[in-house]
Amino acid sequence: MNKLVMTEEETMLADMARGFLDGAAPVNAFRKMRDEGQTHDAKLWKEMAEMGWAGVLVPEGAGGSDMGFAAANVIAREMGKTLVVSPFLSTAVMAATALRQVSDTRAMEALAKIASGDVTYALAVDEGIKHDPDATTLEAKADGNGFRLTGKKTFVVDGAMADRLLVLAKTADGLTLFDIPADRAGITRHKSNMIDARDAAKIDFENVEATGDDVLGQVDSAMTVLRPALQAGQAALAAEMAGLSAGAFDMTVGYLKERKQFGIEIGRFQALQHRAAHLWCETELTASAILNAGRMMDSDPKNAELAVSLAKAKATSTATLAVQEGVQMHGGIGMTDAYDMGFYMKRARVSAEWLGDYSYHAEKVAAMRGF
Amino acid sequence: MSDTQSTNEFRSELRNWLEANCPAEMRGGGATEDGICWGGKNWVFTSNAQKQWLERCAAKGYTVPTWPFEYGGAGLTRDQEKIFHEETNRIDARSPLQSFGIWMLGPALLHFGSHEQKLHYLPPIARGEVRWCQGYSEPGAGSDLANVQTHGEDKGDHWLVNGQKIWTSYADKADQIFALVRTDREAKKHLGISFLLIDMEDEGVETRPIKMISGISPFCETFFTDVKVPKDRIVGTENRGWDVAKYLLTHEREMISGSGALEAGGRALGAVLTDTLDHLDATLKADAMRCEIDALAMGLTLERYKDQAEAGQGAGDASAMLKYMGTELNKQRHELMMTAGGSAALEWDGEVGNRAGDWLRTKANSIEGGTSEVMLSIVSRRVLGLPA
Repeated sequence: MNKLVMTEEETMLADMARGFLDGAAPVNAFRKMRDEGQTHDAKLWKEMAEMGWAGVLVPEGAGGSDMGFAAANVIAREMGKTLVVSPFLSTAVMAATALRQVSDTRAMEALAKIASGDVTYALAVDEGIKHDPDATTLEAKADGNGFRLTGKKTFVVDGAMADRLLVLAKTADGLTLFDIPADRAGITRHKSNMIDARDAAKIDFENVEATGDDVLGQVDSAMTVLRPALQAGQAALAAEMAGLSAGAFDMTVGYLKERKQFGIEIGRFQALQHRAAHLWCETELTASAILNAGRMMDSDPKNAELAVSLAKAKATSTATLAVQEGVQMHGGIGMTDAYDMGFYMKRARVSAEWLGDYSYHAEKVAAMRGF
Repeated sequence: MSDTQSTNEFRSELRNWLEANCPAEMRGGGATEDGICWGGKNWVFTSNAQKQWLERCAAKGYTVPTWPFEYGGAGLTRDQEKIFHEETNRIDARSPLQSFGIWMLGPALLHFGSHEQKLHYLPPIARGEVRWCQGYSEPGAGSDLANVQTHGEDKGDHWLVNGQKIWTSYADKADQIFALVRTDREAKKHLGISFLLIDMEDEGVETRPIKMISGISPFCETFFTDVKVPKDRIVGTENRGWDVAKYLLTHEREMISGSGALEAGGRALGAVLTDTLDHLDATLKADAMRCEIDALAMGLTLERYKDQAEAGQGAGDASAMLKYMGTELNKQRHELMMTAGGSAALEWDGEVGNRAGDWLRTKANSIEGGTSEVMLSIVSRRVLGLPA
C-alpha cells in the first residue's frame, strides 16, 4: 500500500543531496556559469555520477543505483532549490527510462554509459511552441533497410551539448523513436539563447541516415518507450519545480523577517503574512501531488498518468505563484539582476513550458476524470 | 498496489461483511440533512435501513473504525482504515453515523480524558446514543475565541455556570454540550478556561435556533442561567481547558477541510456539473478543471498528513492549512455547481434539490472553526515564524 510519507532512506537521500549541492552547486555557482556563458558543468555531472545520481534509474546490473522514481524526484527537488544545472532530467531520468523499456544488450550498454556519466542525452520531441508529441511532423522516410530523417525540432533541452539525441519521428504507420549520436551527418544544432541561461537547442535534420539499430523499441510505436520516459521526466520536473518554489519561498520569508519599512519588519504586515501563508499552503498541496506521483510511478507505472499530470499541473501553478510573490514581496531589489529571485522566475517559466504546460496537463487530468 | 497478505484478508472479510450487511437503501445518496444518522435520544430514523445500518456498524465498531475496541471502535490500523474507506466507497455506502462526538469530542477525550471518562463517554457516542454539540463561540468571542466570558463560579462540588454561547450547531437536537467556560477571571485569558461537559436537559440551559441565509437553522444560541455542573464533568485540568480546546479545534478543522477534498475514487466535478448542463462552456470548464486539480491535491494532502501522523511525524499547525484550503475549495466547488445549475438552481428545493441551500451553507465553512484569515495568521506565525 502506497504511503504518502517520506521513508527514512528518502529523507537521508534528501539530506545528503542538500549537503552536497550546498557545497558544489549553490545559486552563486549558477550565476557564475551564467556570467561565463556556460550551460554545462562536466565536472559536477561526473561527481553526481559517482554518487549514483546519473544511474538513479539504471539497473544495478548495468552499474546503476536503481533507486526508483520517487528517489529521482527527491534528488530533482533538491536540485531545484538552488537552481542546479545538470543533465539529470534529460539523461538520468528520461533517457534512462526510455532505454529501460528495451531490455536488449545495446540498451544495457547505453544505460551503463549513462550511469557512469560518460554519455548525455537530449530528447528531441517538440516542433511547435507547445509540447505536443502527437503532432510530430519530422519525417523518417524508409530508405532501403534504414531511414532518412528530415525536419526540425525545437526546445530540445540540453540539445546543444548532449552526446546523443532521442528523436521522435513520423514513420509510415505511426511514430518512431530514434537513438542517434548528436554529431551524425545532416544534423545541425542551433543553441538557443534561453531566459533561464540553460542549454536548449533548435535542431535541423537534413536527410540524416538512421539504421534499424538506431530505433529504440519498435518502429511505429514510439510511445511504448517514450510515454514512460516523458512521465518520469514530467514527475521529476514537477519535483524540481517544487524545489524551486521552496527555494524562492524561503528566500521571500527570510526577506520578510529582515527588511524594515515604517520602522518595523515588513513581515509584521498582515497583508504580506497572509500572502506568504497562502503560498505555503499551495506548496504543501504540491508536495502531496509529487510524492503521490513518485509512489505511483514506482508501484503502478502503467496507471501513473493521472498522478503525474496532476503533479506537473499543480507544481506549475505553485511555482508561478511562488516566483511572482517572491519578486513582488522583495520589491525593487527583486527586479535587479544582482539578486537571485529573477533566476527563479525565469527558470519557473521555462519549467512551466517544458514537457507540457498547465493546460496540457489539466486537459489530461480532465480527460481521465471524465470531463 | 501490493497489499500484504493480512491486509488482503482484511479486505476480503470486510467486502463480504459489507455485502451482507449494508442495506441497499444505504448505498448512494445520503447528501440530505438527515440522510445520515446523527444519533442521540431525539433522533428519528428516516428508515428501518438507516437504523439497521447503524446498529450493525456499531456492533462491529465501524461507526468509529479507528477507535480502540474498549471504547466502541474497531481498532483499525491506518492501512486497514484506508481499505475501509476504499471498500465503503466502492459500494458507495453511506456513513452509518456522523456527529460532533465522533469528529470532535471523541478525539479530545481519547487524548485528554481519563480511562473512566473514556469508558463512560465514548461507547455511547460510537453507538449513536448520545448526541453532542459544541459550546465555543460567544457574541464577544468569535475569531478571538479565548475571550469567552461564560463564567463558572466555584461552588465546592460544582461550578455554577452563567453565560451565552452562539453558533452552537444543532444544540436544539443535542443531548449534551462540551463548553469552554471561564473558571478563573483573574488569570490571563488563555489560562482561565475549563473544558466542561454539560447536560442539555439541566435546569437553566435554554437553546434557540438561528435562521440562516440558507433557510435552515443548524446553528443556535444557547443560554446558561445558574446551571450546576458537577466537578467531575471536566476534561483535562481546571483552567487548562484551552489546551483541550485547541486540540479539538485541530480535529474540527480537519473535519471541515475534508469537504473540499477529493479522493481519486471520488466523483469528479466535471461529472457533477454535466448532471445539469450538457455542455460546459470553455470558461466554466477551465474553472472546474482548476478546482478539480486542487481538490485532488487536497485529497492527497489529507492522506499524506494521516500517513505522517501514523509515522510519528506530527502535522501540528498544518491543520490550519488544511482547513483554509479545504473550505475555500468547497466554496469554489459550490459556486461552480450553482453556475452549472443555472436558473434551475435558483429555486428552493427545485428540480436540482437543495443546491442553493447547500451553496449558501458552504459560505460558513471559511468562518466556522476559525476563519480563513485566522488560519492564515496561524500558518504565518507558527509555521513561517513571521513576527506578530
